[in-house]
Amino acid sequence: MAVKTTGRLPSKGAGAAPLQGLFWRHPWLRPLLLLAPPVGWFVLIYFAALVLLLVTAFWTIDPFTTQIVQSWSLDNFTTIVSDSTYGTIIGRTVLLAALVTITDAVLAFPFAYYMARVASRRWQTALFAAVLLPLWASYLARLYAWILILNHSGLLNWSLQSIGLPPANIGYSNVAMWLVFSYIWLPFMIIPVYAALERMPESLLEAAADLGARRWRTLRDVVLPLVLPGVIAGSIFTFSLTLGDYITPILIGGASSNLIGNVVYANIGIANNVPFAAALTMVPIAVMAIYLTIAQRLGAFEAL
Amino acid sequence: MRATESSTSLLRWACLAAAAVVTVTACGSSSTATGSTIAPPPTATMKPQASIGAGEGQLNLILWDGYADKSWADPFTAATGCKLNLHPAGSSDEMVSLMKDGGGGQWDMVSASGDADLRLIYSGDVKPMNTDLIPDYQNFQAYFKSPPYNTISGVHYGISLQWGPNTLLYNTKKFTTAPTSWSVIYDKAYQGLVTVPDNPIQIADGALYLMKTKPSLGITDPYELTRPQFDATVALLKSQQPLIKHYWSLAADEITLFQNQDVVVGAAWPYQTIQLKGLPNGSDFADTIPQEGATGWADTWMLATKAAHPNCAYMWAKWVSTAQVQAEQALSFGETPVNSKACAQMDALQSGSCKQYHADETGAAYFNTIKFWKTPLATCDDGSNSCIPYADWVSAWTTIKG
Repeated sequence: MAVKTTGRLPSKGAGAAPLQGLFWRHPWLRPLLLLAPPVGWFVLIYFAALVLLLVTAFWTIDPFTTQIVQSWSLDNFTTIVSDSTYGTIIGRTVLLAALVTITDAVLAFPFAYYMARVASRRWQTALFAAVLLPLWASYLARLYAWILILNHSGLLNWSLQSIGLPPANIGYSNVAMWLVFSYIWLPFMIIPVYAALERMPESLLEAAADLGARRWRTLRDVVLPLVLPGVIAGSIFTFSLTLGDYITPILIGGASSNLIGNVVYANIGIANNVPFAAALTMVPIAVMAIYLTIAQRLGAFEAL
Repeated sequence: MRATESSTSLLRWACLAAAAVVTVTACGSSSTATGSTIAPPPTATMKPQASIGAGEGQLNLILWDGYADKSWADPFTAATGCKLNLHPAGSSDEMVSLMKDGGGGQWDMVSASGDADLRLIYSGDVKPMNTDLIPDYQNFQAYFKSPPYNTISGVHYGISLQWGPNTLLYNTKKFTTAPTSWSVIYDKAYQGLVTVPDNPIQIADGALYLMKTKPSLGITDPYELTRPQFDATVALLKSQQPLIKHYWSLAADEITLFQNQDVVVGAAWPYQTIQLKGLPNGSDFADTIPQEGATGWADTWMLATKAAHPNCAYMWAKWVSTAQVQAEQALSFGETPVNSKACAQMDALQSGSCKQYHADETGAAYFNTIKFWKTPLATCDDGSNSCIPYADWVSAWTTIKG
């Protein structure tokens, strides 16, 4: 009996001690175990999916069976480069994304400036709500609202005609897409610009004034450099969101309004040509990689 | 409510056309293997059941969203005790992949479209059905008793359901008399006032037009195009591109386009015309099938080879074939029923709807003008491999839209 008891106690302790000892001897083990699930998730779900996408891009499909043929070839990339249609579509997408980003930056700056530095506390809250409110409504609902505004007998033409101007037929065109994208992604630009402006110390403006800088000089040499990281942070959203969208072109685009997303969608959903879609997806990934590298150099990530 | 309904049915159609592609390719390869004589489907010799036994209590369906609407599905469950488990599919392609291995014992029936049918049949995923167990089969219009897309060598691999044409929709203020030719959607006079579906199968509409207007190309089937025929069609559609205001994806979008006079003419389904005619200025809109004819679609309820609830499946096929349910579904989707007796019920539900949907037409006169959708295959009907497969249709469509 006594033997048994003495036999049990040390064995119980021995079960926990080696583990604790292990952690004590290897201090890196505990954080590793803690981090393993999130890191594993990231690697598996995020990274592996991306690698799989990359690999698929080098495969092709058999035209007879539409089954994926797992042999390495650059056919998909050759098609993208050699067929001018894809060049046009990629060019259109990048140009539109750039235009939307510039438009949003120009619109967001004065708005955010007023919100951060001029408006009273109460107004600030109200404006914040006003900026975020559209995000609560469905993306599709907002798109359809724009269709109602821009179409032939819509609000825009009605207003123009009632003040004696000729109608502007911009519904179902690339101009319409530019307007709608600029509207839809605007909050994503205002918020980071606002954050950058709010963090700007008042003392810097006072110092600029003391040193004799006028308003424009202060804006150019003090405010803009400090806000630039915020603008670039916002532009990451507006640029990448436009780059990947395919719903707006479907609903409000004109005859030649295909974006990269639409071609990807058609190749997956209609043609079942996943390899080609994967190859085409590499284009926005490459564009974003270049863009993010530049943004990082400009210090945008510090403002996020 | 109407908007949701229309958008789901539209989505379904958009997917339909898309999915058709992959479907027929499979049977294409089987015909490649055997030359011009195609081997009979694997399930051809399976004997369908001779009677409907007691229901199994449930039924698992793969279907187009809304094909088992509460208004006729709930009474079915109440009458038969078969509880419905529905899996709405997004495309014909999805239907085909879900039905792999004869439905795997998991699925009982699928509401496949003409573009998916042959693939399902030739891969042995569906089995012959006994039309004697469907009393309303006798009332089906002649063509839909044994249409080539679900009946092979006299064996029925499903029960025809509904169909519809792709029509020419126009604004009556711009066209005081109905256009007699599809040429209006290729006419520079209507620059920026034309709309067509955003769908690669739309190339068939161009081919159908060239079939009649350029006989020298020798097109006999708009879904079987050789390289020169295909290139000529793509060239035609590229010249049409500058005239297009918008390539529509959802039926509701086309309705908006016409309603706001953004366009005056375009390719449509009867559904859009019916919705537009319901508007205060409904008399501004009408549709027609021009002299060149039209393309169209047709759906079939098919029985999975490994169906675990065959009795409930037959009860369902029987139920949806009845004139009343056929009429309800036709009006809910803007389709045309295959049951010729459904006409009266349609008119009872919505006055004049039978004529609107051409459900009253009998015989071959009307169907003959319609080339029903099928998946373009590399293998032509004559067994040669000179036709352009659907994957090329899709990439050409991207080029056309630019």
